[in-house]
Amino acid sequence: MTQYHDIAPIHATDASDLRIDQEIIASLVADGARVLDLGCGDGLLLEYLINNKNARGFGVEISTQGMHACIARGLPVYHGDIDQGLSDHTDGTFDYVILSQTLQAVRRPRFVIHEMLRVGKKIIVSFPNFGHWNIRTQLLISGRMPKTPMLPYEWFDTPNIRMCSILDFQDLCRQMEINIIKQIPLAAWGGLPRSPLKRHLVRILPRTISNLLAPVAVFLLEKGKK
Amino acid sequence: MDHTSSHRPDSGQSAQSIGLVTTQTVTLFEQGDPLKLDSGATLQPITVAYETYGTPNDTLSNVILICHALSGNAHAAGHHHPNDTKTGWWDSYIGPGKPFDTNRFFILCSNNLGGCDGTSGPSSIDPKTNKPYALNFPLITIGDIARLQKALLDHLGIKKVLAVAGGSMGGMIALQWALDYPESVGGALIIASTPRLSAQNIAFNAVARQAITQDPDFNNGDYYHGPKPERGLSVARMMAHITYLSEKGLHEKFGRRLQNREQFSFALETDFAVESYLKYQGSTFGKKFDANTYLYITKSMDYFDPFPDPETTAQRLQKVHARLFVMSFDTDWRFDSSRSKELVRILNLHQKNVSYQEFHSPHGHDSFLLPDLEYSRSIATFINRLYDEELHRRHHKDRPA
Repeated sequence: MTQYHDIAPIHATDASDLRIDQEIIASLVADGARVLDLGCGDGLLLEYLINNKNARGFGVEISTQGMHACIARGLPVYHGDIDQGLSDHTDGTFDYVILSQTLQAVRRPRFVIHEMLRVGKKIIVSFPNFGHWNIRTQLLISGRMPKTPMLPYEWFDTPNIRMCSILDFQDLCRQMEINIIKQIPLAAWGGLPRSPLKRHLVRILPRTISNLLAPVAVFLLEKGKK
Repeated sequence: MDHTSSHRPDSGQSAQSIGLVTTQTVTLFEQGDPLKLDSGATLQPITVAYETYGTPNDTLSNVILICHALSGNAHAAGHHHPNDTKTGWWDSYIGPGKPFDTNRFFILCSNNLGGCDGTSGPSSIDPKTNKPYALNFPLITIGDIARLQKALLDHLGIKKVLAVAGGSMGGMIALQWALDYPESVGGALIIASTPRLSAQNIAFNAVARQAITQDPDFNNGDYYHGPKPERGLSVARMMAHITYLSEKGLHEKFGRRLQNREQFSFALETDFAVESYLKYQGSTFGKKFDANTYLYITKSMDYFDPFPDPETTAQRLQKVHARLFVMSFDTDWRFDSSRSKELVRILNLHQKNVSYQEFHSPHGHDSFLLPDLEYSRSIATFINRLYDEELHRRHHKDRPA
């Protein structure tokens, strides 16, 4: 009779529940790590890390919907704007700070990455690659702002205000003296292939042509050694 | 804090009222050891007034303890008489189908130690003198208030609560529970609260106490057989009431509207509607609340400081397992969001399981009492998850290996 009992069932999250980029992020996180998931959305990745990787830590989320989803999963979550920084946390508090599919929506990406590197020993960033051939051809042929299943918004109401390509991101890393430990461009996007083989194939993409072929990329980063 | 403010109907919710409820009382510490207070003083016997809503399950794993704020009491939900126009102070949140769902949970709320609504306080009779304690009542702390609640639960055979929840000072008590009885708390909801009072908060309390003690009828607290310091208490309440509302909310409600007149009186009369409103609030409160309780309880809030230094903080938080949920409201300036975030920062520093959410509301500090869908959902989601996990654990424990 109440409207409140739409509680997520208590179950162990399976890797096949994750988006592919989330699964790759999860594979980069060492067991028992302390993680901070910025823009954690519905908390699926964080729940997976806690259940399957013995991670500790919490998420930061701005939307009420995301908050409720995380609370329903029993996850610690902080209602806040990541653009306002991570000043609550001391240096090196976390083993990993994760920014999954959120970089393109922050107002001050440089500041956010800088703060992530301060509070985290390693950081993981995934973002949609604006250099993907589909986006390039859309703009070339139609002459209008491209739309994709990942970037479905009209230009005037999109939350994605900081689009970049893989090359752009590499430039920023160089500029900020960030050490790229790993970069994993993904060959496909769209849905969640259940088959492990398909999930594996998605990761096989030569780096040289990734800026053209990968709709999304995952970067594992740390502060550059001076 | 303002349990006297009128509650609007719970629009849009299929929830119902719990209906008629009665306050029960029990006398504890009658024999044997007295209650030891933080001040070093002891107290016995102690009467506790409490109300319960819903039904306990067979393992008593669905108990939720509700902690009231400064001026609240044990009457948190439902009504005492069929013709009551006023419901319990958190009626919007406690009842069948409400966030603290009495179809699912067994809810308990007791009047705080030092109170004036059934639990022993300055207005109670001191068995040694057969007169009201008045200022002979020992000074109490938030820790003492939680200690008495714990004794009540022990008396009722409840070893662990699924959750403890409270707003404002009630949030401090909920936090105290998580710190002092880590094995007995599944989760704590700390709403519109603070880990410590700021100088400004203490200042407001100090002025309130001055208003009471400067009342000619105060008589050093010994006023129970004569006129009561109602004027002082009423001024204290009027001032506090302003701090419970937002400036915008107050202005939207009253603006510069005049009360029953077209023009200024050009005399020292009640010109503005807001004056009249406050006067009414103050005088109603002055008549029904005990001034000494107001002194004692504000003092207990001033003293509250569970994290005075890093060593104490680390030590106090070491054993805390409870899942904590800190909530604040964007227009609250009595305990604004930064105070809640301060608490969250301390808890995060010690890697506690804490969530934080800020809600938008025009109603200032009082928001925690008023119906709000997002806030309701968050409370409900949090405690339902706690209970689902509890049932899940039990299910797996019961299953033969």
